[in-house]
Amino acid sequence: MSAANKAPRWVTLALVPAVNLMAAFFIAGLIITAIGENPFAALEVLVYGAFVFPEALGFTLYYTTNFVFTGLAVAMAFHCRLFNIGGEGQAYIGGLGVGLVCLYMGGWPFPIVLIVAIMAGALFGGAWAFIPAYLQAKRGSHVVITTIMFNFIAAALMTYIMVEILIKPGQQSPESREFDPGTWLPFVHEMLGAIGIEVARSPLNLSFLIALVCCVLVWVFIWHTRWGYEIRTVGHNESAAVYAGISPSRNIIIAMCISGALAGMVGINEIMGVQHRLILDFTGGYGFVGIAVALMGRNHPIGIVLAALLFGALYQGGSELAFEMPNITRHMVVVIQGLVILFSGALEHLFRPRIEALFIRKPDAVPAQAAE
Amino acid sequence: MTQAQSGPAAAGNLPPALALHGINKRFSTVHANKDVSLSVAKGTIHGIIGENGAGKSTLMSIVYGYYQADSGTIEVDGERVSIKEPQDALGVGIGMVHQHFMLVNTFTVLENVVLGVEGGMTLGTGMDAARKELEHLEKEYSLEVDPDAIIGDLPVGLQQRVEILKALYRGAETLVLDEPTGVLTPQEVDHLFRILHALRDQGKTIILITHKLREIMALTDNVTVMRQGEVVANVKTADTSREQLAELMVGRSVLLRVEKTPAQPTDVCLAVKGLNVIDGNGVRRVKDVDFDVRYGEIVGIAGVSGNGQSELLEALSGIRPVDTGDILFKGENLAAMDGHLSRWVREHGMGHVPEDRQHMGLVLDFHAFEDTILGYHHDPLYNRHGLLNYNAITGQCADWMQGYDVRPAVPEQKAGDFSGGNQQKIVLAREMERDPELLLVGQPTRGVDIGAIEFIHKRLIAMRDAGKAILLVSVELDEIMSLADRILVMFDGMIVGEMPQGEATEQQLGLLMAGESTNVQQGAS
Amino acid sequence: MKRTILAAVAATAIATTASAADFKPAVVFDMGGKFDKSFNEAAYNGAEKFKKDTGIAYREFEVTNVSQREQALRNMARRGAGIVVAMGFAQAAAVEKVAKEYPDVKFTLIDMVVDLPNVQSVVFKEHEGSFLVGMAAAMASKTGKVGFVGGMDIPLIRKFALGYVEGAKYVNGNVEVFQNMTGTTPAAWNDPTKGGELARSQFDRGADVVYAAAGGTGIGVYQAAKDSGKLAIGVDSNQNYLHPGTMLTSMIKRVDVAVYDAFKSAKDGTWKGGIKVLGLAEEGVGYSIDEHNRSLISADMEAKLEKARSEIIAGKIKVTDYMMK
Repeated sequence: MSAANKAPRWVTLALVPAVNLMAAFFIAGLIITAIGENPFAALEVLVYGAFVFPEALGFTLYYTTNFVFTGLAVAMAFHCRLFNIGGEGQAYIGGLGVGLVCLYMGGWPFPIVLIVAIMAGALFGGAWAFIPAYLQAKRGSHVVITTIMFNFIAAALMTYIMVEILIKPGQQSPESREFDPGTWLPFVHEMLGAIGIEVARSPLNLSFLIALVCCVLVWVFIWHTRWGYEIRTVGHNESAAVYAGISPSRNIIIAMCISGALAGMVGINEIMGVQHRLILDFTGGYGFVGIAVALMGRNHPIGIVLAALLFGALYQGGSELAFEMPNITRHMVVVIQGLVILFSGALEHLFRPRIEALFIRKPDAVPAQAAE
Repeated sequence: MTQAQSGPAAAGNLPPALALHGINKRFSTVHANKDVSLSVAKGTIHGIIGENGAGKSTLMSIVYGYYQADSGTIEVDGERVSIKEPQDALGVGIGMVHQHFMLVNTFTVLENVVLGVEGGMTLGTGMDAARKELEHLEKEYSLEVDPDAIIGDLPVGLQQRVEILKALYRGAETLVLDEPTGVLTPQEVDHLFRILHALRDQGKTIILITHKLREIMALTDNVTVMRQGEVVANVKTADTSREQLAELMVGRSVLLRVEKTPAQPTDVCLAVKGLNVIDGNGVRRVKDVDFDVRYGEIVGIAGVSGNGQSELLEALSGIRPVDTGDILFKGENLAAMDGHLSRWVREHGMGHVPEDRQHMGLVLDFHAFEDTILGYHHDPLYNRHGLLNYNAITGQCADWMQGYDVRPAVPEQKAGDFSGGNQQKIVLAREMERDPELLLVGQPTRGVDIGAIEFIHKRLIAMRDAGKAILLVSVELDEIMSLADRILVMFDGMIVGEMPQGEATEQQLGLLMAGESTNVQQGAS
Repeated sequence: MKRTILAAVAATAIATTASAADFKPAVVFDMGGKFDKSFNEAAYNGAEKFKKDTGIAYREFEVTNVSQREQALRNMARRGAGIVVAMGFAQAAAVEKVAKEYPDVKFTLIDMVVDLPNVQSVVFKEHEGSFLVGMAAAMASKTGKVGFVGGMDIPLIRKFALGYVEGAKYVNGNVEVFQNMTGTTPAAWNDPTKGGELARSQFDRGADVVYAAAGGTGIGVYQAAKDSGKLAIGVDSNQNYLHPGTMLTSMIKRVDVAVYDAFKSAKDGTWKGGIKVLGLAEEGVGYSIDEHNRSLISADMEAKLEKARSEIIAGKIKVTDYMMK
C-alpha cells in the first residue's frame, strides 16, 4: 500500500531539493535587500564567481573535491547509523600522513609517492576514526561525543607537531618546508596545458579525479559487496544483524575506519595538491560541511557529488561576493550557506510532504480520465 | 455469558452509534475500501474481521480521521459528521486504541492520559482535576492502574488499559480497538474481555478489529466480515460459526485444524542439557533446561510470553551466549564454541525463524531480495568476484515468492511494505528453502492471516514428514496443540511439564503455563 | 553589474601595469577578521587613516580558509592593486607564490619575511616591547608572581612570552611567571571566556599582574583582572582605555603605522622591498602611558623603563628573540 503511495522519484530527488534551495535563496535575497544590496546582482556575482570567469570553475571544483571526500566519509558512517562528526579531525590527521610521505619521499617516482600518500592519508585518517569507533563498539561511548573530542585532540596534536617538530627551522610560521616538487599532484591547468588546452590556473588538481573514483568505490562497496551489506544491516537493524551472525561492533569499526580514511583524503587535495607543505588549519571546516553534503546528498555518491558541487559553488561564489560587494561580508556569505543547510537539511520536511502530496494523486487522475 | 440480555437488546430503536455509507478509498492502484457500508448499534460490541489487507484498518483510519474517504458519509448517533483529523473524531465521541500503543514510555500513567488535553495554564491545577477524573474512570470500569507508575515499567496489558483510559478520558463513547490482543498473554486477553464487557454494559459502544475468530466468537454481538476492501457479510455473532466466518474471510473453505499423520521420530538432532541463560541485565532467564528434538518430529514449547522462550531460542541459534550447560547440535556442543556461532550453525543446517520478524527476522528498509540472503550473504551462491550477485539473488527471491505465494511477488519491494503474513512468508522461505536439518520457529503465525496460517502450518508438517527436526515456540495454544508432536511447557525459565500431543488438554497446559507446576507435573508423569 | 565584472576581468591583462593615476591599495586580512580588536583591526585602522588622509579608497578581503589567501592575493594583484598588504605570518607562503607570479606588484607582508624584490617584509621585535611590560609587571606586582596568557601556541606568541619573562626577571630575579596558552586552534584568538578563566586561575595561584598576547581572547583577561581587582597588560593596540585603573599598560605594536606607511610610501613612490625590522629603536613597539594608566605607573617605574629602553636600543641589555634561539 505504502509502496504505491510514493511520489515519483524525480520529485523526491530533484524537485524537492530544488524548491528547498530556492527557498533558501529567497530568504537570503530578503536579507541582502535589507542590507541595501540588490539580491539579483548578488546572485549574478555568485553564479559568475562560481562558474563563469576563467578560474572560477577550477576553484569551485577544488572545493567540491574536499566536500566529496568529507561527504562520502559522513555517508559511509551513516550507512552504519553512525554520526561521524569527526571528519575535520580525521582529515587533519590524514593530511599529516600525506604530508609526512611527501616530506620524506622526495625523489621517489611520482606514482609510488602518490600511492603511498593515499595509503598514508587513509591509514592516518582511518586510525583517527578507529579510536572513537572502538570506544563506541566495545564501550558504548557515543561516537558523536568522542569524534567531536577527537577533532580537538587532532588540532592540539597537529599544533604540537607543527610547532615543535616539523616547523622549518628559523621560521616564524608553523609550517613545514615545502615538499620536493616531484611529489606535487599535477594541477588540472597543468595537465590540460600539456595537451594543449589552456585553462586558467586554479588549485584544482588530480585529486578531483581521485574523489570521483572514491565515489564509484563507495557505491560499489556499500551496495554491491557483502561487507557493505553487513554494514547496512547493522545500520538499519542491529538485532537483525546479530540474528544474521553479523557483528555490530566489528562493522561499526570497519565503517568508521573507512569513513576516517575517506576524510583523510582531504589531505591529498590540500596538502599534496595545493599547499605543498604541511600547515595548520588546512581543513578549514570541510569536515563539518561534509555533514551537510551527506545530508543533502542522501548519503548516495551521486547526491553527494551534486551537493558537494553546490557547496563548492557557494564557497567560491561566496568569496567572490565578499570581494565584489563590500557590504556583503564574509559573515553574510556564511549566512547564505547556513540558509541552504537549514532548508535542505533541517527543514527538509517543510515542503516535502506538500510537494509529494501534489504528485501522489496524479496516477489516479490519469487513468480515470483515460477511461472517460 | 451476559451478552444475551444487555447487548443487542439495548440497541432498541436508538440511532446507531456509528453508521458508514458507501465509503470508498483508493491508494493509487489499490482500491482499499469499496463501497463499504455498515452500522454499529449503540451499546454493543461490534467485530470487524478480515484478513490482513482486507481494508479493516483503512476503514477505521477513515473513521478516526487519519485518512479522508474519497466518497461516502459517516454518521454518528444519526447525524452526519465530517471527520478530517483525530481531533474531530474525539469531538464526536470516537476514541481509538491502537495496535501499537501511542504512549510516552518515560511519562507516568497520569501524564500520558492528560497528554494534549492538560487543561489549565499551569500543569498543577489541571493535573489534580485529571487525577480525580482518572480515579473515577478507573473505578467505574474496573480499569485499575497506578496513576503514578511509569509507562515503561508496566506490562503491555496494563499499557493497553492506559490507552483505553486515555480514550475514555477524552470523552469517547465509541471505542475502536485495533487488533488489541496481538501483544497480550492469555490471562491479559481474558482480563481485556472482561473490561470490554463491563464497558459495554455501561453503555459504551465497542468496535473490535481483529483477524482472530476466537475473539469474535467470545466477545462480539455483531460482526462485519471484510474481504479485499468490501463488506461480504453483516451477521449476528450468535447466528454464525467459526467455520462460516473463516470461509467468508478467505473466500473458500479453510481447514482450521491441521491434518497430519503421527510423527516418526528417529535420531536425536538437538539435545539440550542443563542449559542456563542470563540476559543483558544479569537475570537468569533460562534455568536448567533439558530436552531434545529428534529428526521427524515437531517439539512445541508452550508458555506465556516472557517466560524464557525467547532467550532459549536465541541461545540455541547462537545469538545469545550460554551461561552453563550444553547444546548438542548434531553432536557438536555449541555452548563450548565461540566466535561466529550463528553463522556456523546456519552453515551446518540450522534454520531459525525468529519470534519477532520485524525487529530481528527482517531489515524492513531493505528490498525483499536483500532480506532473502540475511545471514546467508556469505554463501558463494550470492557472491561473484567479491561482489554480490544480484541476478542470482533476485531470481531466487522471485522463485520463492512464487512458491510461498508472497503478494505482491515483487522482489524489489521494500520488506516493510509487505503485510505481516507476507513478511513472515519471506522469512520462512529464507529459513526453510535451504533445507535445514533443524528448524527453530518462534511465533510462526503471529499477526498472520488465516489463509497464510494454513499455508505455514502445512509447510511445517511437510518439513517434519521429510524427516527434519522442528522446535516450535508459540504462545498460541491452538497452534501448539495442533502442530506439535510433543509439548513442553515453559514457566519462569524452566520446563515445567512435558506431554505428547494426544494427552494434552487446554486446561492442563493452561495450568502449567500459569505456574501450577509441581502438582500437575507429578500428575502427568 | 556584469559589465563591471567583465571589465575587471578584461583588466587582468593590463593589471600589472596599473598607473599611479588610479592608485588602488589593498589589504588582505587573515582569518581573525578585521574586527579582532587586535592585530587585524590595527591594520584596518591604519588603512582607514590612510583613506581619511588621502581620500583614496582601498580594497579589502577577509580570508575564511587557507586556500583563499592565495586566491585573494592573486585577485588583488590581477585587479591592479598599487600595493597589497598581507596581514600575518600565515600568508607568507601565499605571498611568496603570488609575488613571483606578479613581479610588478608590490606586496607588504606583516609579521614574516619573504625574500623577494617586490616584497616588503615588516617584522616587529615583540620581545623588546614585551621585555619592558614584563619589567612593569614585576615592578607593579606585590606578590612577586605575574602571569602570561597567550593565544594559540605558536612561535610568535612564545616570542612575546620569552621577552616578558626576561623583563620580569630583570627586575626581580625571584619573580614567578605563570604561562598559559588559550588553545591550539585559531579559535584561541577569540575566546574571551577561556581567557578570563585562565587569568582567574593565575590570580588564584597568586599572580597580581597578567599580560595577554591573545587577540580577542585578551578582552576576557582584562575583564577578569578588573573583576578581581588585579592588573592586566594589553597588547598590539593601546588598550589602556578598556578598563582605566586596572590596565597597567599595553605593549604596543604599531601594525597600523606599518600598514599606513606601506600604503603611503607606495603612493608616493618611495616604497622599497626588503626587510623592515621595527623594534624599540624604530618605535615599532613600546609600552603606553596615557591618562588611563598614569596613576598606576610611578615616576620611579617610568624612569626604570626608560632606562631599560635606551639600554636595549644601545645593545646593553640583550633580549632573547625566541626565533633566533
